[in-house]
Amino acid sequence: MTSDPSGLGRGGAAALVLPALVLIGVFLVFPALWTIYLGLTDYRLTGLAAADPQVVGPANYLDALGDERFLGSTWLSVQYVLGSAVIGQACLGFAIAWLVRDRRGPLRRVVEGVVLLSWILPGSVVAYLWIALLDRDGGTLNALLNTPGAAWLLDHPMLSLVVFNTWRGTAFSMMLYAAALESVPPSHLETARLAGASAFQQLRDVVLPRIRGHVLTNLLLISLWTFNDFTPFLITAGGPEGASETLPVYVYIVALRDGELGVGAAVSFLILAVNLVFALVYLRLLRARGRDADVPAPARAATRTAA
Amino acid sequence: MSGGRAHAGHMVRRIGVFAFFSVVLAFFSLPMLWLATAPFDANPSITVSVPEFTLANFRAILDNPYALGSLGNSVLQAGGAALVVVTLAATAAYALSRVRVPGRDALLYVLLLLSSIVTGTAAMVPIFELATRLNLIDTHLGVILTVSGGLLPAAIFILKDFMDATPTSYEESARVFGAGPVQILLHVAVPLVRPGLATIAVWAVANVWGGFLLQFILIRDPQRAPGSVVLYTLYTEGGQPDLSLLSAFSLLYSLPVVLMYLFVSTRYGFRFHGGIKR
Repeated sequence: MTSDPSGLGRGGAAALVLPALVLIGVFLVFPALWTIYLGLTDYRLTGLAAADPQVVGPANYLDALGDERFLGSTWLSVQYVLGSAVIGQACLGFAIAWLVRDRRGPLRRVVEGVVLLSWILPGSVVAYLWIALLDRDGGTLNALLNTPGAAWLLDHPMLSLVVFNTWRGTAFSMMLYAAALESVPPSHLETARLAGASAFQQLRDVVLPRIRGHVLTNLLLISLWTFNDFTPFLITAGGPEGASETLPVYVYIVALRDGELGVGAAVSFLILAVNLVFALVYLRLLRARGRDADVPAPARAATRTAA
Repeated sequence: MSGGRAHAGHMVRRIGVFAFFSVVLAFFSLPMLWLATAPFDANPSITVSVPEFTLANFRAILDNPYALGSLGNSVLQAGGAALVVVTLAATAAYALSRVRVPGRDALLYVLLLLSSIVTGTAAMVPIFELATRLNLIDTHLGVILTVSGGLLPAAIFILKDFMDATPTSYEESARVFGAGPVQILLHVAVPLVRPGLATIAVWAVANVWGGFLLQFILIRDPQRAPGSVVLYTLYTEGGQPDLSLLSAFSLLYSLPVVLMYLFVSTRYGFRFHGGIKR
């Protein structure tokens, strides 16, 4: 075999690949497939249906699609994704990247440093930091704004979560756009400026066409991650009265806290289907551009498992 | 005249940019101030204030039955997952890089696709079920295997890139001198891709250390719970949280990931690592 410098042979290669494939098969592929099956049953965590689950067909799916709580959760998830990812993270991330692009001093390092820090701190730490910040009685925000007793998490739970997640995730967009802007030749901007183009025109006509691939990549990835984000559970636990119950929180409460595994699995499958659409669009984008420099390396950007 | 206007416009722009940076700095640092002050405050409150300096809060960690142990659990789970992911991904990536298997690229793409869509959120129900049936609830092994299954496709993908970039001539000479495939893998291929292995290990550790949902689902026993889960119970269970303990423990638990990032960024010039996270 000429293309086998290692002398492994097919058998050797299979033996080396197999352990990884088994683990992936059991803990990644199988759960995905099993979700579909569980969603077709009346399986429960406890009680009669736990011992002997029956196949109930597409009832769970149809029930979910007609259930007001599910539809409400879906709408909250849409708000969360549009508000915090598409508007919050992407716009703020771009603004920061654009304004620091030709600075090299300490200001840039400090700005990038705090933005990055909010991204790398563990989720259960930042959740409490925001609970403390927004607390009704002793919260730092109320002390600063002189609005004692304003219960941000109770009166404006979704707005609070959207602002929180903008804070949490802007770093990714900032870094991706900073890398993208380096591909825009300064001479092109200079030419446009000398020709009298306004800042907005420069952005639209010179910058945007060059970083379009990055913009799309960024929007797809941050939307996918935000859609699957479980951190709202740590901050508001879906409350008050379901007012911040995004889909991931809804699945957890229905399936694992209240024990309706079949219903939870049906909703999980719908989440999976949405994820698949995001990922397929992303992969198509990568394939269309091939190894074009305009799109970041897939392995780097695509690798983030929501935890 | 027009020169003066341009100058004024320039000033306004500069002031605008400066104001923007001030707001950004305030917005991003405000929530984190508490983490910097409260752990060192003799009477920590929920509000940020200049601390009355003390280190006594860190003693509260020793008095709590689960706090310190949970960090040990985090080390075990993160280290275990890093070991499994690096070992299995390296062997698989090596084989896939050196031996032509039909459908290899398609397989890798499908696995990568799956790993990005089968998130903890979408798969929590079947993962909980699976772990229950395999008796993996309340075990470190359960967390390690579940997390590894999700991280492996991307790890293989990245390592295969590293392996593809290394010349095969070393392996050919090693064969001439009679080395077997296992020796070649361990003594020739692995040392060449050491930076790639380090990247994957750091990435896996960061993922598991900060991870919450899977650990929260798989582990009920506080003796086995990692830092993320024990921290969550500190502010959700049992009424008013003990702020001395909570603040000191938050800081101690955050420190390793922050240090790891500082290390990676100074050592390798951290600019854009979209992957190294959760």
